Amino acid sequence: MTTIDKTAHVPAPRESVSGDGPLLDVRDLHVEFHTRDGVAKAVNGVNYTVSAGETLAVLGESGSGKSVTAQTIMGILDMPPGKITQGEILFRGQDMLKMSNEERRKIRGRKIAMIFQDALSSLNPVLTVGYQLGEMFRVHQGLSRKDAKAKSIELMDQVKIPAAAARISDYPHQFSGGMRQRIMIAMALALEPDLIIADEPTTALDVTVQAQVMDLLAELQREYNMGLILITHDLGVVADVADKIAVMYAGRIVETAPVGELYSRPAHPYTRGLLDSIPRLDQKGQELYAIKGLPPNLTRIPAGCAFSPRCPKAQDICRTEIPPLAPVTEQDGLELVGRGSACHFWKETIHG
Amino acid sequence: MAELKKEQGPVDATPNVSEVETVDAVTEAEAVAAIDAPVSQGEPILQVRNLVKHFPLTQGILFKKQIGAVKAVDGISFDLYAGETLGIVGESGCGKSTVAKLLMTLERATAGEVFYKGQDITKLSGRALKAVRRNIQMVFQDPYTSLNPRMTVGDIIGEPFDIHPEVAPKGDRRRRVQELLDVVGLNPEYINRYPHQFSGGQRQRIGIARGLALNPEIIICDEPVSALDVSVQAQVINLMEKLQDEFNLSYVFIAHDLSIVRHISDRVGVMYLGKMAEIGTDTQIYDHPTHPYTQALLSAVPVPDPSAREGRERIILTGDVPSPANPPSGCRFRTRCWKAEERCATEEPLLAIPERFVSAATPAAHESACHFAEEKDVVHAA
Repeated sequence: MTTIDKTAHVPAPRESVSGDGPLLDVRDLHVEFHTRDGVAKAVNGVNYTVSAGETLAVLGESGSGKSVTAQTIMGILDMPPGKITQGEILFRGQDMLKMSNEERRKIRGRKIAMIFQDALSSLNPVLTVGYQLGEMFRVHQGLSRKDAKAKSIELMDQVKIPAAAARISDYPHQFSGGMRQRIMIAMALALEPDLIIADEPTTALDVTVQAQVMDLLAELQREYNMGLILITHDLGVVADVADKIAVMYAGRIVETAPVGELYSRPAHPYTRGLLDSIPRLDQKGQELYAIKGLPPNLTRIPAGCAFSPRCPKAQDICRTEIPPLAPVTEQDGLELVGRGSACHFWKETIHG
Repeated sequence: MAELKKEQGPVDATPNVSEVETVDAVTEAEAVAAIDAPVSQGEPILQVRNLVKHFPLTQGILFKKQIGAVKAVDGISFDLYAGETLGIVGESGCGKSTVAKLLMTLERATAGEVFYKGQDITKLSGRALKAVRRNIQMVFQDPYTSLNPRMTVGDIIGEPFDIHPEVAPKGDRRRRVQELLDVVGLNPEYINRYPHQFSGGQRQRIGIARGLALNPEIIICDEPVSALDVSVQAQVINLMEKLQDEFNLSYVFIAHDLSIVRHISDRVGVMYLGKMAEIGTDTQIYDHPTHPYTQALLSAVPVPDPSAREGRERIILTGDVPSPANPPSGCRFRTRCWKAEERCATEEPLLAIPERFVSAATPAAHESACHFAEEKDVVHAA
C-alpha cells in the first residue's frame, strides 16, 4: 500500500525546535470520494511536514483538497464516501492510518486538535459552552464536573473572554461571532495539544475581529510551542502569520516555500496568478489580472498538469505529463531550502 | 397580557413619514417624466438625506407592544453621481445591506429621503415607483440562493421583462436574453440550462445579466464577490468595470473586502453602527483617513506582503460592535475608541469636514464624523 513516489517528495525542511524530527509528516496522501457522478479525487499525493512551534499555511481555493487533507489527519473524514487509497500520516513517527480507533481517539483532541471555520454550527446549540468546554476534561482526563468547570473558566479567561465566570453557563447563540471563535480556540487548547489544525478560522469574521483572533492564536502558539496548520484562502492572513506555505490546486501541492520567498518570487504560474489577482494600489483603474477559466471538476481532473488549461505558459508537455514537485534552486544551482514547485517550467517562472 | 395600553408609535422622536402619500395622476405623470429624463455625467443621480430605518422589537403574542427598535440605519446622507462607483464598507451589522434594501425600495424607510433625479422615491407609488425600480437594479451576494433552482437561465434573466414589458417586446425576448448572456461572458447557448449546472462565478454572471436586463442606470451590488474564490473574484470585478464603461452605470458597491472596494470605487463611505463615519474619495479614505474607526479598520486588514509583517502599526480594537438596538450615546464608536473623551459620550459628532481642515487644501479635508479627527496614514506606515 505504501508505495512512495520518490519524485513527488517535498525537499523537506527538517529543522525543528526540539530536534527530534517533525511533529507531523504527511506522505503521499491520496483521498477519493465515491459519488454518483464518479470518483472525485480530492487529494492526489500530498506531502508536508510541520514541526513544533512552526506555522504551515495551506493555501488553496475551494475544492483544492485542503480541508479534506486536514480532516484525514484528524481522522474525521466521512468514510464512506471518502476513501484513503494511499499514503501515510506520521505523528511523531507513528503512522496514524495504521492505528486502531482506540489509539487514534487518544491522539485526537489531546495531541492534535482542530478549530473549525463556522463556530456557530460547530458548537452544540442546546448545551452551555461551559458544558462543552468541560467535556474535554471529563472525557479525556476524568475530572469531576466541578473541577472541569473550574478548568473551563480558566480556559475562557485565557482566550480573553470577558467575565468568563459569569458567561460559563451561557449558550453559544448568546455570544458574538468573535467570542464563539474564541470558545472554539479554547476548546482546541483545552488539553494543550502539540498540533492545532485551524480550518479557515477567521473567514466568517470581520476584519477587526479577525485581527484579534489571529493575534490570540499566534500568542497561544508561542506560549505552548505548538505546531499550527492554518488552512485558508486569504493571502493576507497567510502573509501575516505563516512560516512556510504549501499552495494546493486540484488535490496536489503545486508549490512550497518559506513565506517571504513565495510572495517575492513565486515559482508556479498558479501562485503567481493568485498574487497578481490581488488589487494593488498602483493598478487602480486598470484591469485586474484574472486567472482565466475555472478550477477543475475533481471527477474529471485534466491529464498532465491540472492547471494547464488555465495556465498562460502551458506547453504540450503540460497536457500529457504530471509535473513532480521538484526542488527549486537559484539560477546558479544553489539550493533554496524548503522550496519546491510542481511546474515543468519553474525555472522560467522564477528566474525570468 | 394584562397590558392593553396602546403604544404611541416608534420610540424615536423623528416624524414617521412612511405612510404612503398618494400621488395624484398629474404629479405621477410628471414624476415618470422626470425619472425617464437622462442625467449628465458627474451630476448627482441619487441623493440620500438623513435616511433612517428602525426595525421594531416587539413583545407579546396577541397584543404586540413595541419595546424598542433595532436602529439598523440611523440617519445617513450621501450622494451618488452618474457614472461613478460609491463603495460602502463596514463590519457585519453596521447597516450596509439595509441601506441597499432602502435604495431598492424593498424596505420602507422610517424617515428621511432618497432623491432619484429629484424625486423622493420613499414617497412614490404606482407607475412612478415602477419606473424607478426599472432604473435601479441589484446584484446579490450569494449566487447560490439568489437564483431560483427551478427556473432556466433564460427564464431568470427574462423575468424582468414580464414586469416591464415595454423594455423588450415578447417576440424579441429570447434574443435579448442571449445578448445579455454574451455581454456577461457566458455562452448564449446556455439559455436552457439550470443554475446548478454553473459554477459560483458563472452564477454571479447570471445575476449580473439579470440586473442589466432592464438597462438600469444604477446597480446596487451587495457583496457581489465575497462568496467567490480569489481567482474568480478578479474575473467578476473586471466584468463589472467593463460593463460600467459600456453602459454608463452608477454602482453602489457594498463589500467588506477593503482592497477590492478600493480598486473599484471612486468614492468610499465607511459605516459604523447605522451611521456614516467617514466619506470621501478613495485616496482620501485610504491614504488620509481621519476617523479612528477607518484607521482601525484599515490597519486590521492583513497585507499580502510578508515583508510588511514587522513594523507595521496595527490598531487592534477591543470588544465587539455594540448592539444596534441600544447604541452608545454620543459617538457610537466611543466604546471601542482609544481617543474617546467625555465629550464623545454627550455630543454626537456630525458628518462634516473637520474644522481644522476646512480651509486647508489637504486630502484630509473630507467629511468625517469625529470630534478629534486627525490624519493618520495606517496603510503605508512602516
